[in-house]
Amino acid sequence: MTKYVLKRIGTALLTLLIITFLLFLLVRIMPGNPFPSERMSADMIANKRAEMGLDDPIPVQFFNYLRKLLLEGDFGNGTSLYYGVPINSVLATCMSNSFRIGGMAILIGTALGLLLGITAALNRGKFLDGFCTVLSIIGVCVPSYVFLIFLQYYFSFRIPFFPYFFDAKRFLFSSVIPSLSLSLFTLSTIARFTRNEMVEVMDSDYVHLAEAKGLHGGSLVRRHVLRNALIPIVTVLAPLIVDLLTGALVVEKIYGINGIGKLMVDAITGEGIDYNYVLALGILYSALYIGIMLLVDILYGVLDPRIRVQGKAGDA
Amino acid sequence: MSEQGRNGAAAYVPQPGDFEFLTGRDIATDKNFSSLSYWKGVAIHFFKDKKAVTGLVIILAIMLLSIFGPMMNSYGYRDIVSFRNENNRKVVAKGIAPRIPAVHELFTGEKYDDDFADLTFFFGTDDLGRDLWTRTWYGARVSLIIAFVTIFIDMLIGMSYGLISGYFGGLTDQVMQRFVEIANSVPRLVIVSVLAIFMPKGMGLVIVALLLTEWIGMSKIARAEMLKTKEQEYVLASRTLGARNGHIIFSQILPNTIGPIITQVMFSIPIAIFTEAFLSFVGVGIALPQCSVGTLIEDGFNNITTLPYQILPPIIVLALLMLGFNFIGDGLREALAPKLEDM
Repeated sequence: MTKYVLKRIGTALLTLLIITFLLFLLVRIMPGNPFPSERMSADMIANKRAEMGLDDPIPVQFFNYLRKLLLEGDFGNGTSLYYGVPINSVLATCMSNSFRIGGMAILIGTALGLLLGITAALNRGKFLDGFCTVLSIIGVCVPSYVFLIFLQYYFSFRIPFFPYFFDAKRFLFSSVIPSLSLSLFTLSTIARFTRNEMVEVMDSDYVHLAEAKGLHGGSLVRRHVLRNALIPIVTVLAPLIVDLLTGALVVEKIYGINGIGKLMVDAITGEGIDYNYVLALGILYSALYIGIMLLVDILYGVLDPRIRVQGKAGDA
Repeated sequence: MSEQGRNGAAAYVPQPGDFEFLTGRDIATDKNFSSLSYWKGVAIHFFKDKKAVTGLVIILAIMLLSIFGPMMNSYGYRDIVSFRNENNRKVVAKGIAPRIPAVHELFTGEKYDDDFADLTFFFGTDDLGRDLWTRTWYGARVSLIIAFVTIFIDMLIGMSYGLISGYFGGLTDQVMQRFVEIANSVPRLVIVSVLAIFMPKGMGLVIVALLLTEWIGMSKIARAEMLKTKEQEYVLASRTLGARNGHIIFSQILPNTIGPIITQVMFSIPIAIFTEAFLSFVGVGIALPQCSVGTLIEDGFNNITTLPYQILPPIIVLALLMLGFNFIGDGLREALAPKLEDM
């Protein structure tokens, strides 16, 4: 197991390193002059370039960038957005906002989704089951920003109860609408998966055996059905978390949340953002993505011993 | 006993005209239990599935409407509806709610008493006075074309990549799979954001972004299928007969692995539509005055406080497209690999 985990971590780190280098390379070979001012003389530009290390070969530049990033956690300074402010202080604020709202969305979505899925599976073929199916279809088919637009329209504009835009001073209150709209996709996917997995497990021989031995009700569901039904759900949860990070983009933009998603949208649309930010965001997103995938792989191995064995067999 | 049946009736004695000998080709075909071709079986299974048929109907309806919808009235997708009223003043049909005069008259018994009394707008008009019915179906057309074209190219790339990687195995496979692993670890948004620096905004950006990301899933499936089939006897036979690798991969194995790839295509199309809608919503996708589902949702969002109905048609079309393709994908997946209990 340890060997498997170490190998996975090694691969993940190597992949991240390669991606970082590729991103760095792309950003460095980008056309354009970092000093477009015409008042600077050629000497001044040359001095400035030397000072910023732009004349070094790209591998040396990359090594310096990486050293600064790893040792000091320094992404460099932004030059256009938040002029002169270090990128990592901006990123820290944005990440805390994004993660708190995303975390709330995951919590709401998973809890309600599990509840709904279990209820639907236990009432198979009845009204609740149909309701669960319809809800999960809607949740998958409609983007989260559309839910946000509707919630915002009805509960902030028509009935001005919740704030129309995000307000960091009233964090919990003003994050109700964004986290609800973000959670709907998670909720619907988890509900559908839980329902299908549970139905499958409930039809399996060992559950019939447990029933035949006189086990029923809560203890049967908890100890025999849920434990085995939950394993595959862990694997869906990972892409969902990643989706949440990416799906949060427009939600953050629309609701005016100062988060990494909004920064990313700014990077994509090119609104007042510079290459350093694109680089920093690219590395951050890739690291998150790879990290979550790694976590799930390991978690899956812990939950289901069979995979561990296969992993070992695969190693050999 | 031998002349009589169990319940007293006379036992059957074959007469000369009762049976006839089969001749020629008829001998080979069993008409009572005729064998089904693979695709016929898939089709029967698919059309038995209510969800799959619903999906198919939805998609066909939207495709037909996106072809013929804009022709159903005289407004173009970029035309601003305006005319001169009796006072010879120019009136622009800005922000009109959905209306069908005949239906209105039927229910209320009176006509609209404004300048546009006898004009029909199924979905209303937007803030500039463009007919939303036309724009919605035109946008659906643009979104569908982008999705189909990019996913088709992705299918070609991913399929070739996966099949080649799986067929040759060994070092080729190792190298190609490491590349896929790295490409798969870059979030789509990072690719888009880097692309956005290099490329001008517009349809090209959307297409390239989709081309760069969606082939990976296809290649994985194609490779898995290739690994499953390449050890089979017909491949060996083909190789023994001296067939070239290209012939074996694309003429012999490909037709036998196409099913799962088509399923993957069906699941990729909604992703493409979603991504296009997202990019256009953010403002780097389709440029004005062209429109797509994404730009229409953006327009609707910008005017939601004054013209709240404007956002509904594109959202419903988007949701139905997602629904339809997902249903078809589910149906195809089950039809291609039926479980034993379904048979």
